[in-house]
Amino acid sequence: MTALLWLIPIALILGSAGLAAFIWSLKSGQFEDTQGDAYRILNDDDKPLLTKVTSNDRA
Amino acid sequence: MSGVALDSQDSALIPYVRRVGNVSHLDLIVKGARCGGCLAKIERGLTELPGVRQARMNLSTSRLHIAWEGAADRADQFAKTLDGLGFESGPLDADKDALQSSNSQTKHLLLCMGVAAFGLMNVMMLSVGVWSGAADMSGAERSILHVLSAMIALPVVAFSGRPFFKSAWRALRAKQTNMDVPISLAIFLACGLSIFETYNGQGHTYFDAALMLIFLLLVGRFLDARLQARTGQAAQELAALRQVNARRLEENGEISVVPASAVQPGDTLIIPVGAHVPTDVLVIDGKSKIDAAIVTGEPIPQSVAVGETIYSGCLNLDQALTVKAIKYADDSFLSEISDLLEAGQQTQAKYVRFADRAARAYVPIVHTLALLTFFGWLAVGGTPRTAIINAIAVLIITCPCALGLAVPAVQVVAVGKLFQKGIVVKSGQALERLAQVTDVVFDKTGTLTRTDKFADLSQVDPEDLSVFAALAQRSNHPVTAHLQNLSTSVGLADFIEEKGQGVSAFVDGVEVRLGQKRFVSSQATSDEAGLWGWIEGEAHINLSSGETLRAEAQSTIATITALGLEVGMMSGDAQERVETIAKQAGIKRAQARMQPGDKSNAVLALQRDGAKVLMVGDGLNDAPALANAHASAALTTGADISRAASDIVLRKDDLSGLTYAVRMAREARRAVLQNFGFAAIYNFCAVPLAVMGLVTPLIAAIAMSLSSLVVTLNALRLHRIKS
Repeated sequence: MTALLWLIPIALILGSAGLAAFIWSLKSGQFEDTQGDAYRILNDDDKPLLTKVTSNDRA
Repeated sequence: MSGVALDSQDSALIPYVRRVGNVSHLDLIVKGARCGGCLAKIERGLTELPGVRQARMNLSTSRLHIAWEGAADRADQFAKTLDGLGFESGPLDADKDALQSSNSQTKHLLLCMGVAAFGLMNVMMLSVGVWSGAADMSGAERSILHVLSAMIALPVVAFSGRPFFKSAWRALRAKQTNMDVPISLAIFLACGLSIFETYNGQGHTYFDAALMLIFLLLVGRFLDARLQARTGQAAQELAALRQVNARRLEENGEISVVPASAVQPGDTLIIPVGAHVPTDVLVIDGKSKIDAAIVTGEPIPQSVAVGETIYSGCLNLDQALTVKAIKYADDSFLSEISDLLEAGQQTQAKYVRFADRAARAYVPIVHTLALLTFFGWLAVGGTPRTAIINAIAVLIITCPCALGLAVPAVQVVAVGKLFQKGIVVKSGQALERLAQVTDVVFDKTGTLTRTDKFADLSQVDPEDLSVFAALAQRSNHPVTAHLQNLSTSVGLADFIEEKGQGVSAFVDGVEVRLGQKRFVSSQATSDEAGLWGWIEGEAHINLSSGETLRAEAQSTIATITALGLEVGMMSGDAQERVETIAKQAGIKRAQARMQPGDKSNAVLALQRDGAKVLMVGDGLNDAPALANAHASAALTTGADISRAASDIVLRKDDLSGLTYAVRMAREARRAVLQNFGFAAIYNFCAVPLAVMGLVTPLIAAIAMSLSSLVVTLNALRLHRIKS
């Protein structure tokens, strides 16, 4: 039974960490455009990347 | 929308720009952005412009936020860029954005859901311990777990249950009941009983059941709120694209662009060609033609001169007008009509939603049952404690958990599926009404038929066509819009415009004409509708028939008839034309010469005879009928007002979605009934157990989650319905 003294607080702490992460994501607006974000991850922003590579090449 | 209307918005975005320091912010509603490609195109296209700090498109809400360095007047440039990319946009008053409040509401529900999930999982974990270790556990150990459960569950119930408690309290204060009353009662009793049992250190606790109830019901509530937010937003999007601005002539002689809401009676306004009239006005200078289709439903332009009144919403076609505003935009003709519509919609609002009807029948039965259980146990010699516990168990197990989820789950799937197909259903309630429809009544002009714009030009000689295109471009009349887009290099001489008749000119000494049939051809006796062209020495050519049946009209009517619905048509037009179109479309019951009021009365008369009418229309003249019909549909090309009055808006300029919408609504109703049937079976099995005192928290938990799962899975089946 002493195991419970450890396990229950650990479970609660992990649970609250998950809840805190959820609340943070909600407050920071991550649920505001679920549709757009699903696509946004696929749009690679390759233009700045290319200029970086070419400037490195020149150097 | 035509380019004409867009031009009127061009310099009109400035009032919507907000300045913070050196940075200007603008919120726009963008129409037509539906995929990742559009999103990338818009954001890249705008950020490439110099000085733009941020362009962020929200695909879920169709809103675009732009921030840039510099003056407000660059706003037009962004609208033009969007136009060039193929997206229509309209300004958005961020402070009055109704979506903000509905968004914060969904967000709050989501927060409650997250908290409930947290509490649920932890309490469940403890409950599993209690149940699996029941044999080896001492009473003291069990008590510890119960106290822990209570410590987690009670704050969570207090926080996450608020949406139900508040709504139940509101209903009780108004001396009414709703679904939330038995829900709140069950939650309170379950928690109260559990606290009591924890305090006594024996028996079962129902903390997990209370939390699960809250969580599952919150899922239903969240789905419902999101559905409302999304459909409300679609309607708002359509309205914002027609956002009207006014050009006000200031005392110093300058013209400033202001939102229509800022116009005061007595202001002098300039109405340029192609602009909508912002409020009811009196013409003080100029002579023009206006498109009053929004008021009269008639596509033929009307002449206006000094001293005449023009109602808000009309489109100026011909020449710039100087006018004096005679009313605030808020009490203008259009607003008055909107108020009338709201009155009509209240008859629709009398419709009681299915779930509420079910709840009304359900609640008294359940409460009587609980009461009988209490007295039953006392009668057979049970202690008052056992009697109370079992009565509460009945209330908990019969709590309409599946009912709370049964309807929203189905409606979200059905409305989402329809949305993908370009059919906007304004509410779940509208979907329920649509399923009951027995008759479909169509308007003719603009609904079953198309006017002007869509003529078959493939028969016309290309050389002749470029001559007419040159004439059309000089005339700039909206009736010739389809010709203006053609490329041409023909030079015109002696161009003459006869107002309201047509235009004529000479090409290499040959006379050419474009306009009404009587203007174009001297032999023409009848005043046939449409646009005609003539080149000296040749026969006159029809460049646009006045009105043609939509390509999909016939097949749509056939499929609607096949669904077992009676199809009819009502039009303000002359008998002969109505009959011709009715014959082409395959409609037997057609009524001609109907005024807006007649249409509405005819719909009401049909409904008095027991029919449930789906009215399909597009113009303001249909709006009263739309508002009074049991269910209503409008085309997205129609007047704002008719879209506002309708339950369904067909986003594509296409009628064929209607059949799918009716089928989907019927399937949704079937799925809801199945879900209710399932909930009934579940209660039939569970209630006897509860009455006999055999329901443990374990059984309650399993039964509740299982029933919710079945209800949700049944709703998902709607995804398979093909159009």
